[in-house]
Amino acid sequence: MTSLLTIEGLTKAYPGVVANDDVTFAIAPGEVHALLGENGAGKSTLVKMIYGLVRPDAGQMTLHRQPFSPSKPSEARARGVAMVFQHFSLFEALSVAENVALGMEDPPPQRQLARRIRDVSEAYGLPLDPDRLVGDLSAGERQRVEIIRCLLQDPKLLIMDEPTSVLTPQEVEVLFKTLRTLAAEGTAILYISHKLDEIRTLCDGATVLRLGRVVGSCNPREKSASELAEMMVGSALKPPARDGAEPGEIVLDVTGLSVKSANPFGTSLKNIHFTVRAGEVLGIGGVAGNGQDELLAALSGEARAVPEAVKFQGRPVGHLGPNERRVLGILSAPEERLGHAAAPDMSLTENALLTGAIREGLTRGGFLRWDAAEDFARRIVKEFDVRTPGVSNVARALSGGNLQKFVIGREVLQRPDVLVVNQPTWGVDASAAAAIRQALLDLAARGTAVICISQDLDELMEISDRFAALNGGRLTARRPAKGLTVEEIGMMMGGAHDMEPPAQTAPEVRHVEA
Amino acid sequence: MDLSAINPLVLIASLMVAATPILLAAIGELVVEKSGVLNLGVEGMMITGAICGFAIAVESSSPWLGLLAAAGGGALLALVFGVLTQFFLSNQVATGLALTLFGLGLSALLGQGYAGIKPPPSPRLDVPFLADLPVLGRVLFQHDYMVYISILIVACVWAVLKYTRAGLILRAVGESHDAAHALGYKVVRIRLMAIAFGGACAGLGGAYLSLIRVPQWTEGMTAGAGWIALAIVVFASWRPWGVLLGAYLFGGVTVLQLNLQAAGLELPVEYLSMAPYLITILVLVIMSADRGRAALNAPAALGKIFHASS
Repeated sequence: MTSLLTIEGLTKAYPGVVANDDVTFAIAPGEVHALLGENGAGKSTLVKMIYGLVRPDAGQMTLHRQPFSPSKPSEARARGVAMVFQHFSLFEALSVAENVALGMEDPPPQRQLARRIRDVSEAYGLPLDPDRLVGDLSAGERQRVEIIRCLLQDPKLLIMDEPTSVLTPQEVEVLFKTLRTLAAEGTAILYISHKLDEIRTLCDGATVLRLGRVVGSCNPREKSASELAEMMVGSALKPPARDGAEPGEIVLDVTGLSVKSANPFGTSLKNIHFTVRAGEVLGIGGVAGNGQDELLAALSGEARAVPEAVKFQGRPVGHLGPNERRVLGILSAPEERLGHAAAPDMSLTENALLTGAIREGLTRGGFLRWDAAEDFARRIVKEFDVRTPGVSNVARALSGGNLQKFVIGREVLQRPDVLVVNQPTWGVDASAAAAIRQALLDLAARGTAVICISQDLDELMEISDRFAALNGGRLTARRPAKGLTVEEIGMMMGGAHDMEPPAQTAPEVRHVEA
Repeated sequence: MDLSAINPLVLIASLMVAATPILLAAIGELVVEKSGVLNLGVEGMMITGAICGFAIAVESSSPWLGLLAAAGGGALLALVFGVLTQFFLSNQVATGLALTLFGLGLSALLGQGYAGIKPPPSPRLDVPFLADLPVLGRVLFQHDYMVYISILIVACVWAVLKYTRAGLILRAVGESHDAAHALGYKVVRIRLMAIAFGGACAGLGGAYLSLIRVPQWTEGMTAGAGWIALAIVVFASWRPWGVLLGAYLFGGVTVLQLNLQAAGLELPVEYLSMAPYLITILVLVIMSADRGRAALNAPAALGKIFHASS
């Protein structure tokens, strides 16, 4: 078998860390090859070198048996390498056609391009309107824009960096079908992911990276998910354990909550109803951009509503701001770690003060109690195993997983009655994610009502008692998480609001068994 | 008071002249901001352009060489800002303010010895045939070259931003520099070009004041025109024709209040002098009242520091 792309001894070091160390592998034409690894394993650096965004320090690549060392992305594109980015490289205020044109070397005139976009998108089963603003598209549609941008250049090698993290199961199906068609046409696909099931269904070969080195390669179809996970992490992971505590009283009661989004591309909340009981974990799924940020803001108090829309222990709190809600016991941790949940350039102590001041009594008469704040920060670091040289380090210096443990730990240690978290394990490596999930479950076991908004369905199924989905700013009815099938979840995420089981007619009674 | 002394036709003709310096500076700043850079040094670049243009025009007795020098001087000063903000990643707001102060001082230094001199006269362009039209001809088609050139620049900026690939790339860089970088566009280079263009336009606007409108050199003669230009860009929601409208509105009210003063309106002069600023801001606020739409036009990466950290 002749290889399309071979990589030999590729090495790239940054100050203080070797991102890639002597990486070697090969991809054949028409092969779907997985690049597996935890966050920080060096997957992104490796593909950036293939795409010409980063120059390697040592090693060489060959493409079609010719030496290949792109110094910029346009060179890589000219040689037939295309890439779909993890964080979409799209421009929200520009139209689909304009976005596609920006990713091409010499695009045809707009009208002709619009027609080609329509043709190609229909040929591959990814319908797309070239005139729409990207800011108005869903995450799945945005990804189509990226894919079509690549397909229009007739690539020989397509690199996909975590393409499914924002898609519904149905959208994933469509994507996989497209990728298989492409592979059958001879296009090689380098598929980066840490979702093992996907890799096992889609990929022909896999290279596993850990800490910048290749630790193994295999045919993923012949391995079980846990074997792959062990290769990736280096040790076996244990799933979070939970005590089957009985849920208690209704703590948070949301009725008819409607909030207009503060962001012109955001989704406004429309008439949302739900209740959460003490000791219960409510998982809220949905594709990104369906009102998750807005729901968190409305529950944390960043966005105000009418008083009766949110009731805490029977008391209307919809009009209260975040600090007033914190006093009552409604705490939250938003999705964006740097800049929303934590101030990037402030120390961990200062960040601990920012949300802990009220409940932990870290201020007195308007003055800060530094020693108390430091103790609090140290306690978070200790109890949640945050790896940092000290609490005087700035938040920005922590890795994503460690900062996320800090952010979640900070709220958990304040003994909330209601905790709202959005994407608690987004971009966090597997062991940190497991620790965070365990912390949320422990918190619920102690009687806190936990609302977990997430796009990671596996996570939601693992920790939730009940599950609901956001779609276009509306929330579906809640259903017991146990026994939900992937198809049902997908339908809920796709907006099948009437998909309620008959049991939901007596909603609060049925719950206990879940 | 004698309102009949105000001739509306003369008024329109002179408002185009009064608005041109601001129009030039504002359309340049629009391009800069569309690339995602906020340069608050417009005032400094204008006044530097004013003295560069004046000095060269006087020395060479050629108004054209003067205007060229003004554009060059403005662009050069803008590139100082560009190097500081794009390579040394300095804060754009602080650097822009410093540029204004620096430009005011530099122009005063360069201008020593040029006060009270008359510059060579600038050629006028009586548009063939059209200038002979009754009424309209005198109002619209008997101006100096720069009035038409400024309108032409607005039209070019509009067409380039809307219809060309270069304009698309410029907008993309201003929208998300990280995404543009990931696609392989040279963010810093594109921004430097936009900054230089903005400086050249501001310099031309300044030289229009010192060479054509006033025409002589006095220290601090731009008198806040650069700040008005900045405000007009924002209120015009980053639309080229909106900038034209805003500049002409401001010019119109300025000319009108001067005429009212001359006609002896019973109102303290201070209120009249205030009027152009107040009315321009008021009208543009009403025009951009639809915040959702205005926000769509605003470059999302405006004022953010770009550092390629891949």
